[in-house]
Amino acid sequence: MATYSTNEFKKGLKIQIDGTPYQMIEMNFRKPGKGAALYECKLKNLIRGTVTDKTYRAGQSLEAADVSEFTAQYLYGQNDSYVFMDNESYEQYELTAEQVGEASRFLKEGLDCQLVVYNDNPIAVTPPNHVVLQVEYCEPAAKGNTATNVQKPVKLETGAEILAPAFINIGDWLRVDTRTGDYIERSKNPGS
Amino acid sequence: MDQTGATPTTLSQRSSLLVALRQFFGHHGFLEVETPLLAKEVIPEIHIEPPCTVHDRSKQWLQASPELHMKRLVAAGMPAIYQVTRSFRGNERGPLHNPEFTIVEWYRVGDDMQTGMALLDQLCQTVAKTPPAKRTSYGEAMRTHAAICPHSATVDQLNKRAAELEITLPDGMQKDDRDGFLNLLFALRVQPQIGCDEPEILYHYPASQAALAKVTQCSEGHQVAARFEMIWRGVEVANGYDELTDAAELRRRLNDVNRQREAAGRSSLPIPESLLAAMDQGLPDCSGCALGFDRLAMLAMGLPSLAEARAFGRE
Repeated sequence: MATYSTNEFKKGLKIQIDGTPYQMIEMNFRKPGKGAALYECKLKNLIRGTVTDKTYRAGQSLEAADVSEFTAQYLYGQNDSYVFMDNESYEQYELTAEQVGEASRFLKEGLDCQLVVYNDNPIAVTPPNHVVLQVEYCEPAAKGNTATNVQKPVKLETGAEILAPAFINIGDWLRVDTRTGDYIERSKNPGS
Repeated sequence: MDQTGATPTTLSQRSSLLVALRQFFGHHGFLEVETPLLAKEVIPEIHIEPPCTVHDRSKQWLQASPELHMKRLVAAGMPAIYQVTRSFRGNERGPLHNPEFTIVEWYRVGDDMQTGMALLDQLCQTVAKTPPAKRTSYGEAMRTHAAICPHSATVDQLNKRAAELEITLPDGMQKDDRDGFLNLLFALRVQPQIGCDEPEILYHYPASQAALAKVTQCSEGHQVAARFEMIWRGVEVANGYDELTDAAELRRRLNDVNRQREAAGRSSLPIPESLLAAMDQGLPDCSGCALGFDRLAMLAMGLPSLAEARAFGRE
């Protein structure tokens, strides 16, 4: 297995510790002139998303992880699992509801997502930051109320419920931030 | 900028800093000298790797500082010398490190730690227009920012303090590595907070980190090194000593350095017999200091990393 020694450490490196893949999201090289070199790293657990601090000394090394990230299209969901297809190889990957997490609320068939694969197994998926989805149901728009500060729950075509301004109607297309689940703006039908 | 690292404006400011630096030394009666970059001897240090080259089957090292040869010049009768040159330290790379860098080093006979610190401060004020430096002992800095006395704390207390300050210990850290723990606390929790406004000169480092400085007793009765460092905005800019003049003591320390290098799995380095012989003949009491010119230029110009302060710093 390939390894990275401390002098190859840099931001973005994908490594594994005890069979868990991590990405080095920060690396600070600290070395007092007369003192030992220290590599202060922040490692992001690519499966759980948590971040750990680690300190290494010169000469230590970390195992490289076979992690790849590519664009994959969401195909369909079945029995608590989600199926994606690599847009280049057409290979299909199945993820559990737990692996997809919050992202599942905004998955619509055909949506291009970023899929992370470790040792040929899919481990995480990230939808685009913004998606455009149609409102499936909401209370009728309050007449004349165009204020954006009055909000009401709306149900989107993927089943997700979010808060949107009172003037929104059934059939409207909304731009939504998938990271926060926030309404951004009313949009045109992306298909039209 | 992608092509050259530093912009033409930066390089022109850097050039002005160099002119001011040479004027400063000229006004203070220093002679500029030049010494070999490539030599058969180095001064072994535990944590510095001079790059090794092989010519005609004989090893030569790129110098990690011009100290060895400049001290031989002082011993040979040059009372005040300075040099602007390149130094080389393998495996040091980051926003504040580069394996090749510009160093300014000077020695003046008759100076001790106090006059040495004063000269460094004056140089930075004159050349880089810094405000007057604050002076703090290393012990005080550690007590203020890490709540521990570096001279009297046991290694267990240092270990406990590191845990309390949420420092994750590197794997394989020896439990009795006292200087290792001091280094962790200092580098990660203390140094980043030193010299935030005006430059700060720390002095009286632990005797175990004396390197080539005399060891003396401080007013609190601890054995300390007559060694000082200037730190500005958390960045180490210069390191100086009241120079050790005792050849036998230096030989003892260098042998110890080589033992520690070998214990850590790194090769020992040749003992600089030429320097020891010169010191045997007599190195007068003097203070010497080395300053990282790229770092001073970076800080003086408010740049984020060395790469922007040097020509071709991105290559």
